[in-house]
Amino acid sequence: MSVRIFVPRDASARSLGADRVAAAIQAEARARAIDVEIVRNGSRGLMWLEPLVEVVTSAGRVAYGPVTAADVPALFDAGLPAGGPHPLRVGDIEDHPYFAKQERLCFARVGITDPVSVADYEAHGGLRGLRRALEMGSADIVAAIAGSGLRGRGGAAFPTGIKWKTVLDTPSTQKYVVCNADEGDSGTFSDRMIMEGDPLVLVEGMLIAGLATGATQGYIYLRSEYPDAERALLEAIAAARKHGILGDDVLGSGRRFELEVRRGAGAYICGEETSLLESLEGKRGVVRFKPPVPAVSGLFGRPTVLNNVITFASVPIILDRGADFYRDYGMGRSRGTLPIQLTGNIRHGGLVEKAFGVTLRELLHDYGGGSASGRPIKAVQVGGPLGAYVPESQFDLPFDYEAFAAVGAMVGHGGIVVFDDTANMARLARYAMEFCAIESCGKCTPCRIGSTRGVEVMDRIIAGTDRAGQADLLRELCDTMLHGSLCALGGMTPFPVQSALKHFPEDFGLPRSALAAAA
Amino acid sequence: MPEDLNVLIDAAIDRHKSVPGGLLPLLHDIQDRVGYVPETAVPAIAAALNLSRAEVHGVISFYHHFRSNPAGRHVVQVCRAEACQSVGAEDTLESLREALGIDLHQTTKDGAFTLEPIYCLGNCACGPSVMIDGELRGRVAAGAVSALLSEVGGRP
Ligand SMILES: Cc1cc2nc3c(=O)[nH]c(=O)nc-3n(C[C@H](O)[C@H](O)[C@H](O)COP(=O)(O)O)c2cc1C
Ligand code: SF4
Ligand code: FES
Repeated sequence: MSVRIFVPRDASARSLGADRVAAAIQAEARARAIDVEIVRNGSRGLMWLEPLVEVVTSAGRVAYGPVTAADVPALFDAGLPAGGPHPLRVGDIEDHPYFAKQERLCFARVGITDPVSVADYEAHGGLRGLRRALEMGSADIVAAIAGSGLRGRGGAAFPTGIKWKTVLDTPSTQKYVVCNADEGDSGTFSDRMIMEGDPLVLVEGMLIAGLATGATQGYIYLRSEYPDAERALLEAIAAARKHGILGDDVLGSGRRFELEVRRGAGAYICGEETSLLESLEGKRGVVRFKPPVPAVSGLFGRPTVLNNVITFASVPIILDRGADFYRDYGMGRSRGTLPIQLTGNIRHGGLVEKAFGVTLRELLHDYGGGSASGRPIKAVQVGGPLGAYVPESQFDLPFDYEAFAAVGAMVGHGGIVVFDDTANMARLARYAMEFCAIESCGKCTPCRIGSTRGVEVMDRIIAGTDRAGQADLLRELCDTMLHGSLCALGGMTPFPVQSALKHFPEDFGLPRSALAAAA
Repeated sequence: MPEDLNVLIDAAIDRHKSVPGGLLPLLHDIQDRVGYVPETAVPAIAAALNLSRAEVHGVISFYHHFRSNPAGRHVVQVCRAEACQSVGAEDTLESLREALGIDLHQTTKDGAFTLEPIYCLGNCACGPSVMIDGELRGRVAAGAVSALLSEVGGRP
């Protein structure tokens, strides 16, 4: 019997040489006349161990990492096919403290299965939610989603059940399901990991959304920066079609659902839902006025379910295990689990799926192991480029939409970017303004012009020209942007800027006391 | 425009002209094959999709991904976003500037390399991240730049 060896196809693993490792294993096995079957799985999410190689032995899966192609001969000498001892041997990854303490609902299969094998998907619990949904009426599916407490994972945390009910209740001969796979926030990659590591769960979630609302056509709007995810999605969709999961007769039910991947083109603003819809319609991604909301008038003016990848990927398990099962995780009004991404200057970066309620400190220290540089952590940015900088004094904050909002921070898509004490917060504030200027859709003046002015003001502050006066100007600018912008790009870019100014005035060359009082 | 380019663009237009919202897929199709969206393609696209030329131009210029001119033989996209900044992306960018002798949005005189910024590649736990000719590279510290460039383009 051949030895099954897993080498991730995940883009991060590949960026660190996973393809070369897979090729080296293939070559070494051939040279030693060992029969191996290499499976390209998703990443387990322990990024500092990538490329992580797992071999299936009689005693379970044994992991080695981080493996380079040059390590492969020695690993075979050490008896890798049987899980032999070696300095890179990690053992069963599920016993690793980073993994063992997680609560993986959305990511239940990622890293475990062959991402594009329908058989593997089903053997690990896939399609059970869809089968259940096919036996239920639309209203019952919507009720289950509402009952689970699931809120949108794309950033705004809007209750998914309410959105789906609106689409269900809006009559139309054609409705759409659109997946927001634009994942533009720095410090996030959970969407990518799902699409590369378990794309069928996204297909299943979107299908269930179609059944719940009467939509028959789905689109995945995928950012152009994710070619690996595109390949995995196309393979998964083809496999789903071949197995009668997608198409004219979903699992023999007589129901129809089609799914297409559409590539974005490098515009951050196209993650904003109405800009995304414009883009899907083939136009410039200029933000639309709301109302009407997309659930009433979305793609091509039709009722449209529009959700983030993680939102859809959380749906199958809710249908399979029931709304209560999901709702039992979490705290307050933040129910279920959140795939959190530990990124930037962190020793153990990766993906940690936990129930809401886990604190920043636990994540940064118990999971993350502190900064990668070994220096003190100065601040973290949570929730993407529009999220505030959170100083060490607030690290006991629990992950909870309301608790974060109360201190002016944002859970967003669950990305945490870590900065050590060498980071210059004034430079980061300048970057926030620059990013807004580059990515503005141009519709409103405070965002388009204000951000450009913001960069100029920051340049003067950094250069030390009239610091106090310029800081006042910066505060006024932030105010104008906050109140005069149509969407969160212009409306929230002030958050990281103001938080940097408030918590780290010395980086702006300003006295701590005066500013702390003013901010 | 050269005959074969014409044929290629017409074929791409045929593939997408009846697709709902087909302009972006069409532009991608052309850029994937030609390397950029030639100015000369705009009138044909506009006619086939029933748009004005200005509208087609507007779309091409709105999106950072589309280019109206050919790039160098190798395209180096360096991530400038926060997570990569936290582990030295600015130094990586500086090394790239120095090694190639160009700034962002420029192409080397020999046409070998184009240097571009990109804002997050979803590799934020393994930065600094760089994408070269569509291939993602992780942990590209400033010191790793010259080895990377010579691996790709046979350059010091
Ligand atoms: C500037 C901006 C960028 C956004 N980027 C994304 C994104 O990349 N992915 C995403 O799912 N939502 C993004 N959103 C949020 C979407 O507008 C929308 O709320 C979300 O996709 C809805 O799905 P959900 O309810 O499942 O979260 C962005 C919003 C703004 C204002
Ligand atoms: S705030 Fe900026 S990005 Fe948002 S609609 Fe206005 S101009 Fe466009
Ligand atoms: S910030 Fe550079 S890859 Fe995400």
